[in-house]
Amino acid sequence: MIPISWYLIFSAALFCIGLYGVLSRKNSVAILMGVELMLNSASINLLAFWHYYSQIRQAPQMDSQVFVIVVFAVAAAETAVGLALIISAYRKRQSVVANDLSELKG
Amino acid sequence: MSTEILLWIIPLPPLLAFALIVLLANRRNGLSTGLAVGGAALSWLVSLVVFFRVIGVEGLSTNPIGQAVKWIPTGDTWLKIGVQMDPLSAVTLFFVAWTILMIFVYSIGYHNFGQPKGDHDVPGLPPHGAIVKGAHGKQTVMSIEPMYARFFALISLFAFAMYLLVVSDNLLTLFVGWEIMGLCSYLLIGFWYAKESARNAAVKAFLTTRVGDMFLMLGLAALYSITGTLSYQEIFGNETVMHMLATSASPVFGLSWAGFIGLLIFLGVVGKSAQFPLHVWLPDAMEGPTPVSAMIHAATMVSAGVYLAIRSFPLVAAGWQPGLPLTLPMNVMAAVGAFTALFAATIALAQNDIKRVLAYSTISQLGYMIAALGTGAYVAAVFHLVTHAFFKALLFLGSGSVIHGMEHGVLHTGEHIDPQNMYNMGGLRKKMPRTFWTFLIGGFALSGFPLVTAGFWSKDEILSGVFTGGHLLVFGVLALSALLTAFYTMRQITLTFLGKARTTAAEHAHETPLTMTGPLMVLAVFATAAGWVGIPKTFPLLGGLLPNWFEEFVGSMVHTGEPAVASHSLIPLATSLVVALGGLLLGWQVYRRVDKADAADPMAEPLGPAFVVFKNKYGIDKLYQFILIRPARWLAETFTYKWIDKGLLDGILHGIARLGLLLGSLLRRGFDQPVISGAGDGIGRGTRELGANMRGIQSGRVQQYMIVAITVLVLVGLAFYYLVFKA
Repeated sequence: MIPISWYLIFSAALFCIGLYGVLSRKNSVAILMGVELMLNSASINLLAFWHYYSQIRQAPQMDSQVFVIVVFAVAAAETAVGLALIISAYRKRQSVVANDLSELKG
Repeated sequence: MSTEILLWIIPLPPLLAFALIVLLANRRNGLSTGLAVGGAALSWLVSLVVFFRVIGVEGLSTNPIGQAVKWIPTGDTWLKIGVQMDPLSAVTLFFVAWTILMIFVYSIGYHNFGQPKGDHDVPGLPPHGAIVKGAHGKQTVMSIEPMYARFFALISLFAFAMYLLVVSDNLLTLFVGWEIMGLCSYLLIGFWYAKESARNAAVKAFLTTRVGDMFLMLGLAALYSITGTLSYQEIFGNETVMHMLATSASPVFGLSWAGFIGLLIFLGVVGKSAQFPLHVWLPDAMEGPTPVSAMIHAATMVSAGVYLAIRSFPLVAAGWQPGLPLTLPMNVMAAVGAFTALFAATIALAQNDIKRVLAYSTISQLGYMIAALGTGAYVAAVFHLVTHAFFKALLFLGSGSVIHGMEHGVLHTGEHIDPQNMYNMGGLRKKMPRTFWTFLIGGFALSGFPLVTAGFWSKDEILSGVFTGGHLLVFGVLALSALLTAFYTMRQITLTFLGKARTTAAEHAHETPLTMTGPLMVLAVFATAAGWVGIPKTFPLLGGLLPNWFEEFVGSMVHTGEPAVASHSLIPLATSLVVALGGLLLGWQVYRRVDKADAADPMAEPLGPAFVVFKNKYGIDKLYQFILIRPARWLAETFTYKWIDKGLLDGILHGIARLGLLLGSLLRRGFDQPVISGAGDGIGRGTRELGANMRGIQSGRVQQYMIVAITVLVLVGLAFYYLVFKA
């Protein structure tokens, strides 16, 4: 059986990759992809702990899976909205570079 | 109609005339004349009807005809006012009615009714004359008074007040009439208000009489608070009230209340009748038009003062019987009266203004009456009051006529002389015969020319009354002033009418119209005939030919009875003959040779410094100016205005204001600006600076935000971990 720490390390690695992607990429779509990675790493954490918890209690429980599914749904919706925004911004200024979208600069 | 109703009616027509002129006819001279003279005539008619009705009534003095109505509720009693006719008011009413009517008629001519409007005349100044083109080319003639209707309105109001005073049955309405007359006097003296001298004279008259009026009011207040009434009958006609007043002691000088109140009322009389020392206003009052001088300042208003003195005689004489020594108030009256008589006569000697001579003569004659009253010669005082009113009104109107004639001459010749100065006249006898003869009659009556004139009989009665009473000092003073009176009267007549004209204006003087000379003639009749009703029974030869109606009629007023004139001593008679004739003869002798307008007065040399003193009126005016007016002005202008008002009061106010300003600016600088305003500004500025400082963070780069957020998160997380969980 794979110990839980592997899951957690994997999840942390995934989160760091996502975070790196979010912070370092210029393309908004790539940033959005990084965000998705980070979300999924969180979901992996949830699933890992659910599995671990179920084995200790010897009684399967559905709560975390439902939770993860909701997170997927929300992530899908969020991605849809994010992409729509990016497309809309692209139409306005022919660019998807995040640093160009600095209208709110103080 | 019953006499009571007629009495109520007497004062009303002039009041109505006044109201109508003021409200409706103030621009219409003809209508004003009609209203005023009509009103006066109606009052005159009713007065005469009343007079002739009441003189036949038996016991009129104890049971006067009259009627009273309730006027003001005073607690549980009523203040009553009403009308009353007793012998004293009857004879007063008689001369008042005649003189008022005559003076009204005279005023028509005096104010040049029917003449054209003046070219340069302005309201507030006497008319200057108008240029008309006639058969003889251009000519300057008299012009109509610019404020003609106003004059008639005012004298109508005055006539109302005088009638009110006479028919009144109590001291309250008497006082009301008295004060209205004071007002009219003020308004009429200042009638030509554009002249400063007239304004000053008006104020002077008003203020001086006010001094007396204040005492009079105190007297009335005291009388009312003691007796609870002001009605003549309920005080003077009531033995118990009089006895109570005479025996209860007042807090002043150990006088009885009667004497004290009598003295206070007498002080009112001193003001109104221009007795020393409140005489100063009357000569200046001559600034007014001459009919005013005649009516208010000779015949009626100043006589009203004596009338009140006679009315209140029972108070003054309370506890006195003929033969007994005089009471203190009587002594005061006798002394003031006699002194005033002599004092004013001496001043009259040295005056050159024709009206001023008469003014001082009026003061002197009023002093005569007061002196007579003070020595108990009650009837004589009343008698002289009546005759004096007639002949003095006559003289004043005569002098007005002379001035008018002279003004005509002045306008004609264009000479710049004072038409009132007697030295500029002379020889007017031939130019103005009617004025001359009537003036002569008036002057002789004033001097006491024997037998034919009214003045002789009344003056003789005063002298004999004073002599029989045994007051030889008063007698001597009065005799001396009678001599002076005759002297200055003849001086006046000689300078004005006799000899030759001393100026060209006097040569061109002209007789005045009939509206002016007519009243003169009527009054001249009274100036002679009014004396015949009072010829003493004991008079040598003539006594008893005519009944001494006056003494019987008026004498019944005095419940104490007249001094018993057992034998009519010949000394006063001889004295009055000598002084009258001697004074007249002297006056003529001394002044008939004056032939130049600028000649020195022939009396100036023999009298020496005394003449200068007379001429300067003993310096009384200057003295008052110095001791009263100047301090009063100083008090008003310097002390009250400059020091108290400007300095102290304004200082306090300004101080408070300055303190407020100071406090305000302190608060503003010390609290409002730094604290309140600073806080507001600080908040605003702080916010702005905060915003300015923070804007750098707001780079608009999403990833940077993210880095910051994560950094902070990590740091907070670490801090949290170490500080909270590990601690």
